[in-house]
Amino acid sequence: MNKRIREAVKKSWEGISNSLPLMLGTIMLVSLASLIPKSSYTFIFRGNFTDVIIGSLIGSVSAGNPINSYILGGELLNQGISLIAVTSFLVSWVTVGLIQIPAESMILGKRFALLRNTLSLIFSIIVSVITVFIYNLI
Amino acid sequence: MSLKESKKTMYFLLVIGVAYIILFIINKEYFSKAIITTFTIIKNILPIFIIIFILTILINYCITKKTITKHLKKDSLKSWTFAVIGGVISSGPIYMWYPLLSEAKEKGISSGLIACFLYNRAIKIPLLPLMIFYFEIKYILILLITMIIMSVFQGILINKLIKK
Repeated sequence: MNKRIREAVKKSWEGISNSLPLMLGTIMLVSLASLIPKSSYTFIFRGNFTDVIIGSLIGSVSAGNPINSYILGGELLNQGISLIAVTSFLVSWVTVGLIQIPAESMILGKRFALLRNTLSLIFSIIVSVITVFIYNLI
Repeated sequence: MSLKESKKTMYFLLVIGVAYIILFIINKEYFSKAIITTFTIIKNILPIFIIIFILTILINYCITKKTITKHLKKDSLKSWTFAVIGGVISSGPIYMWYPLLSEAKEKGISSGLIACFLYNRAIKIPLLPLMIFYFEIKYILILLITMIIMSVFQGILINKLIKK
């Protein structure tokens, strides 16, 4: 095996193995959440247009590997949460980084970091509306 | 993973572990259900993980950071295309890319292109099998195309707002 392949394998393994404990925790958390009756989700998601905003806000404050967002999003969908809310949750999870704002501000500039994250939050709502609209249309 | 992050992860796992212990004490039936669900999810996503690992190796082998920054110097159709492709194929945590992007910004790459690159990092090719496992292919395609188009809009908007 040449050096470049070895480095690629090492880097890939590091990336995946670093996310394993957090992923295991997320799966265990999802399993705990599955014990909650479906009716309880109505406390957070109301089954109307505000769900898209709620989904975006929850996704924005969440952090971690996108793998976890897919697992959570998929399970939320199985629990009966609307596709539009799950989409805004998925998109904001991967595009908005509230936790990373301090680091992003320090390195790329405060104005840039705030602007980018605010726009990403707004765009997560727009993307989910467009996606679900086209999905239902086709 | 930094020491701070690994500590956070350990605390997170500790809290979950304590929650499971409490559940075991309070209700053994619910505890068993939660454990069975955990193993079922792990069993279902394990084969997909092998595909993810192979795809990540391929990307890490073929694409270097230099290749990505080389094609982002001007605000042309080509640079927007490279910002999109670069974001999609780049791997690793987002903060790993901040120093490199800061360096790129100093070399004249616009804020819009950097934002576009960062937005497209949300699209993870190696994770597509997992997405397909949970969602329909039709839905994924529409979502990804919409995200790519919106990433360019966001970049253009950021360029205009930053210049003001």
